[in-house]
Amino acid sequence: MKRIAVLLAAVLLAASLAGCGGGVEKTMSLYVLNWGDYIDEGMLEGFRQEYPYIDLHYDTMTSNEEMVIRLQSADSIYDLCFPSDYIITKLIKEGLLAEIDTSRLTNYKNLDPRFLNLDFDPENKYSVPYFWGTLGILYNTKMVDEPVTSWDILWDEKYADQIYMYDSVRDSMMVALIKLGYENNTTDPQQIAEAEALLKEQKPLVAAYGTDDLRDRMIAGSGALAVTYSGDAYAAIQENPDLAYAVPEEGSNIWFDNMVIPKSSKNKDAAYLFIDYLLRAEVAATNAEYIGYSTPNAAAMELLDEEMLNDEVYNPPQDVIDRCTPHIDLGEYEKLYHEAWTRLKAY
Amino acid sequence: MTKSKNSIARGIFLAVMLLFMYAPIIVLVVYSFNSSRTMANWGGFSLNWYAALFKDRDIMAALEVTISVAVLSSLCATVIGTAAAIGIHAMKRRWRNTVMYLSNIPVINPDIVTGVSLMFAFSLLAVPQGYTRLLLAHITFNIPYVILSVMPKLRQTSTSLYEAALDLGATPSVALRKVILPQIMPGVISGAILAFTLSIDDFVISFFCQQGTQNLSIYIYSLARRGINPKINALSALMFVVVLALLLTVNILGDKNSQEARKKRAQRKEARMARKSGTMVLEGNGT
Repeated sequence: MKRIAVLLAAVLLAASLAGCGGGVEKTMSLYVLNWGDYIDEGMLEGFRQEYPYIDLHYDTMTSNEEMVIRLQSADSIYDLCFPSDYIITKLIKEGLLAEIDTSRLTNYKNLDPRFLNLDFDPENKYSVPYFWGTLGILYNTKMVDEPVTSWDILWDEKYADQIYMYDSVRDSMMVALIKLGYENNTTDPQQIAEAEALLKEQKPLVAAYGTDDLRDRMIAGSGALAVTYSGDAYAAIQENPDLAYAVPEEGSNIWFDNMVIPKSSKNKDAAYLFIDYLLRAEVAATNAEYIGYSTPNAAAMELLDEEMLNDEVYNPPQDVIDRCTPHIDLGEYEKLYHEAWTRLKAY
Repeated sequence: MTKSKNSIARGIFLAVMLLFMYAPIIVLVVYSFNSSRTMANWGGFSLNWYAALFKDRDIMAALEVTISVAVLSSLCATVIGTAAAIGIHAMKRRWRNTVMYLSNIPVINPDIVTGVSLMFAFSLLAVPQGYTRLLLAHITFNIPYVILSVMPKLRQTSTSLYEAALDLGATPSVALRKVILPQIMPGVISGAILAFTLSIDDFVISFFCQQGTQNLSIYIYSLARRGINPKINALSALMFVVVLALLLTVNILGDKNSQEARKKRAQRKEARMARKSGTMVLEGNGT
């Protein structure tokens, strides 16, 4: 039994020793909350080396909702978060965000003006875009001969049991709403009910509703069509060249993940330094290569591989961007969507 | 005939059960050597993910938090829980039952309730965010389990030994260390091991009690949006091997200890027999 105690003591000692080290005194802290695996490790390392006096704490999260809960708690410690578009509207409404003084960001000019001043934060008072992408259809060219141009193909009985839908309320409801010719941000209960009926009609053809696993199944070649985000589609196509990605002509969703500074932040100076660091062309380019999502940083785009730039999945042409709209927070109407979705899943 | 059929059926049953339990772990370990990033295809054997794992500062930091919280919280909970169990055991029957009920409630309580209430309590008491909260939370939920595993051992001991020790001049603290603790040690150890595992396992309670620090379960969960990185496969494989090694060591040591004890007992018995026969011989000589 003594041996176990010695073992435990040794582990403890090793753990506490590992925590020591480092020469420069830390005069500032920075608490960052980001999605898991959503930054190139090297960039964090680079920041730590360049600003050795900043004690960088980096936490990760799984969902926007989780982030909101953490920011709402009375003693939130975060200085920088990465919420998606629609949740920013909500955070602004609840008064949880600090205004961002873009004159303090020397690299703000690197951003592509096409991705600024969007509906969810019209003057970019509170947010700086980090990555963006579209929602579309990832398909296997060996199983689908016809060109994929419309959401209608997801209702084609030819592909019964080979269709994967994305298990996300707003995204899947959007597919049905757009197919019906409505807007993805509608609050009309009648239109939402029609979309629900349409998805119920499709359900017998759907092999699975999933998220991440769908990408793996598509790579393995076990499905013909899957609703996917462009970034994941880009990664999947690299693994399996038979796959292709299309954004239907009726329109789709465009999403943004953004950097925001919570009002409760106690280290705003450090947060500005970190945002400015991530906006640097070289940093943003390396980061984009690692993550594989589209970067809103025009200066970084110039540094990317020719191959990436010419890839229409990674760098879609303007007409694709033009036909896509972001989700906005619908407040109390969100409930209509969730209820419809729950009924569909139980159907 | 039926006998051998029975044993074949038993063998098959055992094999299926083991397969069910270990197949997922085997898949995980195998894919940790996959050079491709996805589980969808096999890109050939490689140790890249292991190399990448040790370079990944976030994973290493989360692992450090998990292990140090598990060690510290199980040690603290074992000390507090054992002391509490001894105290509760010494109470009058009615009080003992009441306190046991109270200490059992957190065990039955859903983790999410414990987590949320700890979150509120911590912010009300202005406990500093980060590691302190995580550690306090883990100690808190571990204590009842230690009490639960020490209590049965205490019930098996008799108070007369302790009283005898006092009669023979031991102070209460010496009696505690030399008489009570050795008797309940198996319960204390299993309580500590239970607390350690629970702490490593815990997700829900940690989820509500950590800002600015992150343990492994939370980190892995946060990867869900972008897909589990194969580095996690490599990490899980290593953890599995370490836990297996730890278990084997403990078992082998335990076996050795009990073998030694058996040997010693046998020697003592022999010595006693020898003494007895010696006295008999002496007696024989005398007559």
